[in-house]
Amino acid sequence: MSVKVETKPSSPQTATGRSSIQVWVQKLIAQRYLQVMALLGVAWMIVFNYIPMYGIIIAFKEFDIIHSISDAPWVGFDHFKEFLEDDSLGYVIKNTIGMSLIKLIIGFPLPILFALLMNELRSMIFKRWVQTITYLPHFLSWVVLGGIMATWLSDVGIVNKILMALNFIQEPIMYLAEPKYFWGIVITSDIWKELGWSAIIYLAAISSISPELYEAATIDGAGRGQKMWNITIPSIKGTISILFILAISGVLNSNFDQILVLRNQLNETSSNVIDVYVYQVGLLSGRYSYAAAVGLIKSVIALILLLGANSVTKRLNNTSLF
Amino acid sequence: MKRQSASEVTFEILITLLMLVICFITLYPIWYVLVNAFNDGEDAMRGGIYWIPRVFSLSSFNAVFRSEGIMTAMWITIAKTVVGVVVHVFFTAMVAYAFSRKELIGRKLYMLIGTITMFFGGGLIPYYLLIRDLHLLDNFLVYIIPAAFSFFDLIIFLSFFREIPAGLEEAARIDGANDFQIFYKVIIPVSMPVVATIALFHGVYQWNDYFTGMIYMNDMDLQPIQTFLYRVVAQSSSNQMLAAMPSGVSVSVTSQSLKLATMVVTTAPIVIVYPFLQKYFVKGFMIGSIKG
Repeated sequence: MSVKVETKPSSPQTATGRSSIQVWVQKLIAQRYLQVMALLGVAWMIVFNYIPMYGIIIAFKEFDIIHSISDAPWVGFDHFKEFLEDDSLGYVIKNTIGMSLIKLIIGFPLPILFALLMNELRSMIFKRWVQTITYLPHFLSWVVLGGIMATWLSDVGIVNKILMALNFIQEPIMYLAEPKYFWGIVITSDIWKELGWSAIIYLAAISSISPELYEAATIDGAGRGQKMWNITIPSIKGTISILFILAISGVLNSNFDQILVLRNQLNETSSNVIDVYVYQVGLLSGRYSYAAAVGLIKSVIALILLLGANSVTKRLNNTSLF
Repeated sequence: MKRQSASEVTFEILITLLMLVICFITLYPIWYVLVNAFNDGEDAMRGGIYWIPRVFSLSSFNAVFRSEGIMTAMWITIAKTVVGVVVHVFFTAMVAYAFSRKELIGRKLYMLIGTITMFFGGGLIPYYLLIRDLHLLDNFLVYIIPAAFSFFDLIIFLSFFREIPAGLEEAARIDGANDFQIFYKVIIPVSMPVVATIALFHGVYQWNDYFTGMIYMNDMDLQPIQTFLYRVVAQSSSNQMLAAMPSGVSVSVTSQSLKLATMVVTTAPIVIVYPFLQKYFVKGFMIGSIKG
């Protein structure tokens, strides 16, 4: 397999006589193109993934624009302490975890249910249409969706018009200006956007189940519900577990793109999340070290959550990411 | 075929109805924006346009295409999407191909280096400082180079490349091709389903991303259309919209109607393209789910 065209036919035999280092060097030369291709990727990762990891040390320093990262003085855990004493800590954490957990509880099972129901559709043409239509919102950007929602929720928008026509409210409500509506708006719009798209992976898993299983069950007299419960769901359990691990580890990852579009000064107390906070104090106020410390707390907790979820599903049903 | 029982027929009707309701809920919010964009701007301010335009007008779209600010941003989006997709797909696939070859010395180490990046990162602030130090602020390349590679996409390529019969590469090698030539002359042409999938995913990312333009670009001439729209939508600044309004446009075009028309023009290309690529990305997900 590894014999190269450039090497003479006799070289494999002579190679056995040489030292292992020479063989290794020869192999390396033979695969020089492959090595260059691979190392370009490794170099990219070192620059764009590993240098920022090294850059985290500014969280323990007092970094400013004038000094370089290595010149900045060490301050230990000062920035971490400051964050723990910050007034906004309470609602930032509450918003981050609260919104994510509700998204997880409602948004995680819905695509599974949607895929299972779609799988029961007999007409292939209808099924394809449903799929194509429900994928559509995934392709809209959050900015465009934010614009759509601002149109819907404005004082002359359709939501106010309908509620006023039905006499539920007398005066139009400015939904995006009131904190109490923010979580609902975020969660609803997220589900609306991603329901169909998130179902693809389950549909793909379902379509790889062997039809013979269903045929055998039909001969045994199983109904639709029984087949769904005893064949379909157990067959996609692995996929569900993997996606669940990923969802748990993403609990601190608010949908930054989404929240940045929908938030404003007026709904601040229910819209500020860790990611937005880091962006505000770091890039807008220029407090790089402090913001990096907050970001680091988040990354570490996310890693712990990932490892935790991974070991739980491993014990429960023997599926894990690693 | 067995005859269906009454309860099965009821069940079938119920889920069909449910699916129709879901499709309506999906499409209507978009339709609402469409009919308002195609309505006369001044008239639309009164509200109450739900199903069809009340006073049909193309003047908002006319204004979009005549606005210099909007068109510049549009071209930036097109350029970053086209260049970004070509670079990302080619570069990620190339590294993936090298990683897929069993004889690659250091393969396990390289994979480990990549896997770690999936679970831990430096976060926004160190990343911003890196981009600054690389002189990528206010530079078009910030859309391309930092997005040139993704380890996650590499894994999708990898599982596809493993299925390619070794005989194909062997034949090219006998003809004297080196590994790089094998990659782009043999591997890429037989990998079109996965290339199309990754191209679509990355294309959607490039087209819809406003964040990169927002934090790394102060130069308004280099901002993509999504960043432009972000400044209009999120900061509800109609000033920028008014500034983008071309001169001599009909008075019936309002900043709101110009915004809606820009949203429609921005979204249309991607919405027209994705149904044609559907069979590819569904296949791409199959690879992912079998792996999982």
